[in-house]
Amino acid sequence: MTEEKPQIRVRAVRKRFGRLEVLRGIDLDVKRGEVVVVMGVSGSGKTTLIRCLNFLEEPDEGHVEVCGREVACGAGRSRERSSQIRHIRTHVGMVFQSFNLFPHMTALGNVTEGLVTVKKMPKREAIVLGERMLARVGLAEKRDEYPSRLSGGQKQRVAIARAIAMQPDVVLFDEPTSALDPELHEEVLNVMRGLAADGMTMVVVTHEVAFAREVADRVVFMDEGTIVEEAAPAEFFARARHPRARSFLRLMQHSDPEGGAAAERDGQSLALGGNH
Amino acid sequence: MWDLFVRALPLLAEGIVVTIFLGTTSFALGSAIGLLVALARLSGIAPLTAFAVAYLSIFRGTPMLVQILLIYFGLPQLGISLDPIPSAIIALSLGVASYQSENFRSGILGVEKGQREAAFSIGMTSWQALRRIIFPQALRIATPTIGNRFIALMKDTSLASVVTVVELTRVAERIGSATFRYLEMFVIIAAIYWGISTVLSIGQETLERRMARAF
Ligand SMILES: Nc1ncnc2c1ncn2[C@@H]1O[C@H](COP(=O)(O)OP(=O)(O)OP(=O)(O)O)[C@@H](O)[C@H]1O
Ligand SMILES: [Mg+2]
Repeated sequence: MTEEKPQIRVRAVRKRFGRLEVLRGIDLDVKRGEVVVVMGVSGSGKTTLIRCLNFLEEPDEGHVEVCGREVACGAGRSRERSSQIRHIRTHVGMVFQSFNLFPHMTALGNVTEGLVTVKKMPKREAIVLGERMLARVGLAEKRDEYPSRLSGGQKQRVAIARAIAMQPDVVLFDEPTSALDPELHEEVLNVMRGLAADGMTMVVVTHEVAFAREVADRVVFMDEGTIVEEAAPAEFFARARHPRARSFLRLMQHSDPEGGAAAERDGQSLALGGNH
Repeated sequence: MWDLFVRALPLLAEGIVVTIFLGTTSFALGSAIGLLVALARLSGIAPLTAFAVAYLSIFRGTPMLVQILLIYFGLPQLGISLDPIPSAIIALSLGVASYQSENFRSGILGVEKGQREAAFSIGMTSWQALRRIIFPQALRIATPTIGNRFIALMKDTSLASVVTVVELTRVAERIGSATFRYLEMFVIIAAIYWGISTVLSIGQETLERRMARAF
């Protein structure tokens, strides 16, 4: 039996914004059903990396292969390439830090929009599927609410429903809980746990240690545009080798001396780990 | 003044109809052209952007009265003769398009960047993202300025009187010169313009309130 191809294969990806080199040669494989958590200090390039995976950001160099399809990097915009990229995007869901729900559409409208407009699914069928997706994130009864009437946690769950309604092979999460009040983190993380349990391939930028410990197959630690450490979560949280990773973990443990939300959250998360 | 008003009423009514026709037609046409100009400006394609910028500069930098005169009295020298009403509609449309394009453009730019990205992330084309996600939100952002422009245009239709279109202002001039009661006639039509503007601004406020409630 041959080894299955990874869902995501990233090789030597580089990306610069003007003079600032944000990604300096990233290699990453994500296998089917795997959950990879990406950590790193602010500005280390985490967001840029996952945006390169669905071409919201164009890598300057390197190879990105998603679901067996490679799109040439830094090749300019041709009609064919744009359609290749759109094809990849229908197979890769994305959940944003600030939700980015469509404010002029109801919860159900948000979830069915891609099905109807992009996949050309008949409206009725889309509604049935959309309702199922909202039920999956526990928001069936909010189908007719506009985003402005939902709590942050509910918004993010609708955003997750919107992403998974497209029936993607991979879902990317960019700090899905960091715009939320701490008491709303769990409802979102629980939905993500459910997805992981159902075998969804996920790449998650997050600093939720408990979630990473429990759900991740691998933690990837980034520093200044490179991946400096990659390990199973138990290994990473107990014995990170790279000095930057160690100081990052120490910082997270003692973060936020004002005793704000983050400290409370990290305290709780780290306590669950019991290795500190 | 009352007797004059009653006698003038049939002509005034015709004038009102023409004024409203000029205003609404030019607004519809001008908005369509304005949207195209806005998209050209935002397209990122150099010749289109340059065209849009030149268009704006010319139409906003010259009086609408001169534009109307140019089309009605100037074009015949090039062998293009248009009737008064089409001349007025073309001039008013092109003029209002320059304002509308800026209204649309700032509306589009006012939509959060994340909206476009969310649209792209589910596989939309740029056109789908514009039509389904960006434009509906841009329209709401731009509703107040668009409404103001419509009201301004209704008043600008009086410029069509100089190219012999028998709209409200022209009606007043005619009756005034026949009866030498200019004062009363212009007071009457001023009141009518004011009435039209007031009705429109009430409509605009209602629309804005309803839109604010929608989501
Ligand atoms: N569009 C852009 N233009 C210019 N610079 C950018 C752009 N996007 C990101 N950067 C810069 O690239 C660097 C990496 O950004 P990125 O958002 O990937 O970091 P991050 O690891 O996600 O940080 P955070 O934890 O704060 O979200 C930062 O210095 C940022 O300022
Ligand atoms: Mg980030």
